[in-house]
Amino acid sequence: MILFERVSKRYPNGREALTNVSFRIESGEMVFLTGRSGAGKSTVLKLVALLERPTRGTVTVNGKSTGTLKARHIPAFRRQVGVVFQDHKLLVDRPVFDNVALPLVVAGAPLKEVDKRVRAALDQVGLLGKERMLPAELSVGEQQRVGIARAVVSKPPLIIADEPTGNLDPDLSLEVMRLFRRFSDVGVTVLVATHDQHIVRELAKREIVLASGEIQSADGDALPHVIAKR
Amino acid sequence: MTPAIFGTRHAQALLGSLGRLKRNPLATVLTLLVIGLALALPAALGLFVANAQSATGGFSHAVDMSVYLKSGVPLAKAQQLAANARERPGVEQVTVIAADEGLEEFRKYSGFGAALDALQSNPLPNVLHVVPSGDASGAAALESLRRYFAAWPEVDVVQLDTEWVLRFNAILTVLRRLVLIAAVLLGAGVLAVVGNTIRLEILNRRAEIEVTKLVGGSNAFVRRPFLYTGLLYGVGGAVLAWVILEAAVLVLDQPVATLAQLYGSRYALQGPSGEVLAVLFGGGMALGWLGAWISAHRHLRRIEPRA
Repeated sequence: MILFERVSKRYPNGREALTNVSFRIESGEMVFLTGRSGAGKSTVLKLVALLERPTRGTVTVNGKSTGTLKARHIPAFRRQVGVVFQDHKLLVDRPVFDNVALPLVVAGAPLKEVDKRVRAALDQVGLLGKERMLPAELSVGEQQRVGIARAVVSKPPLIIADEPTGNLDPDLSLEVMRLFRRFSDVGVTVLVATHDQHIVRELAKREIVLASGEIQSADGDALPHVIAKR
Repeated sequence: MTPAIFGTRHAQALLGSLGRLKRNPLATVLTLLVIGLALALPAALGLFVANAQSATGGFSHAVDMSVYLKSGVPLAKAQQLAANARERPGVEQVTVIAADEGLEEFRKYSGFGAALDALQSNPLPNVLHVVPSGDASGAAALESLRRYFAAWPEVDVVQLDTEWVLRFNAILTVLRRLVLIAAVLLGAGVLAVVGNTIRLEILNRRAEIEVTKLVGGSNAFVRRPFLYTGLLYGVGGAVLAWVILEAAVLVLDQPVATLAQLYGSRYALQGPSGEVLAVLFGGGMALGWLGAWISAHRHLRRIEPRA
């Protein structure tokens, strides 16, 4: 599902955020991306969501190499990736329903289907009945779950989350992570960046550890075959 | 994508744009007012020219000339010259006004009947009244026709009776050019106003645009509501311009009728024709859409989602 081959990313300001990073995440896998702040977690997620392109090496997501994808194909690419943010990036002037419906609306889903799927997604995150509320009327945990509902509503094969529990207390954090695990159980690939070691231990999933832009440990497959090929 | 979904998405974008315009009534009305005035001004000028033209409609093509023959030329010779003149291309009609007829006419209309009776002989020459054909009524063609007749030995003087019509037509041409210049300049103004309004709205909705692109909204999807907003500004401005024009016609109607009456005419001021309205609405919509498109094209590309 996700394949990084000797990927380096240097930002225009000259900072090298990733150096020679290689890893593979299989379809349906749930993987934690950990490391200190500034270790490169966010950069990995940006490369996966095609918010950035790699400076060197190749990033392949869902069979598509992001380095060479044409600009006009980017929207279709992004519809295959559900993204959850720490600050959840909700539209504050739109009710919950509109926020969750957005990925379906941009994809041109029929209205009936939009209605059905939005309710299903809100049901999954336990927010059914709050469709008409504005994000500001919800608690922080609920807002985060609206963000998750938006990421899963179009049933993308891949969900990535950047510190989704950063603003939540430990109980809520665990609840949100269990939600992600449930998606992974039904075949969705999930990549979660977090620095919450407690959660990583609790869920016992594979962990890729980044330090200063390089992979420190990636239990299991570090892709020796890919590296050997080059 | 099926046509139904395509239609739904456009309807959504249109309704969304309408809703946003309604939520900001003051800003919307001010923008519409600027666009409406910019559209109304060239349209009003155009209306003025059209009215001036149709008020004088009878004359503007009736350019004709009088060819005065020398006083010794007999009527039979005049008839023969008229027959020759009819052969020339560019000549529609030649009428011989015999000296006697001319005198009769003069006596009837001038009020100098008694004075004329004192004359022993008819001082008037025979005259050929020449009407050029429609395609030869331009200034150059008329001048060449005048010289053609002036060169005849029997001709004393050629008088272009209706020089003022040429002047009037020239003035109309200048006015039409002015309308064109005003339309181009004010059209550019409408583009700028719509473009700037759309730019501000794009900046206001930056967060929304970022999120929309993030979840896979294409540039076309993000641009669509702004294009509809521009289109609505164009339509609204055209409606306002129409109202302004009709109001102006209403206010001017009475004085114009009075003026026409003084000239012995029953001319009534004409409001904007269907053609003018079509240009007004078509132009307004095109300018609104284009202004929005240019602005959206320039500014939307720069907004890319950041994580």
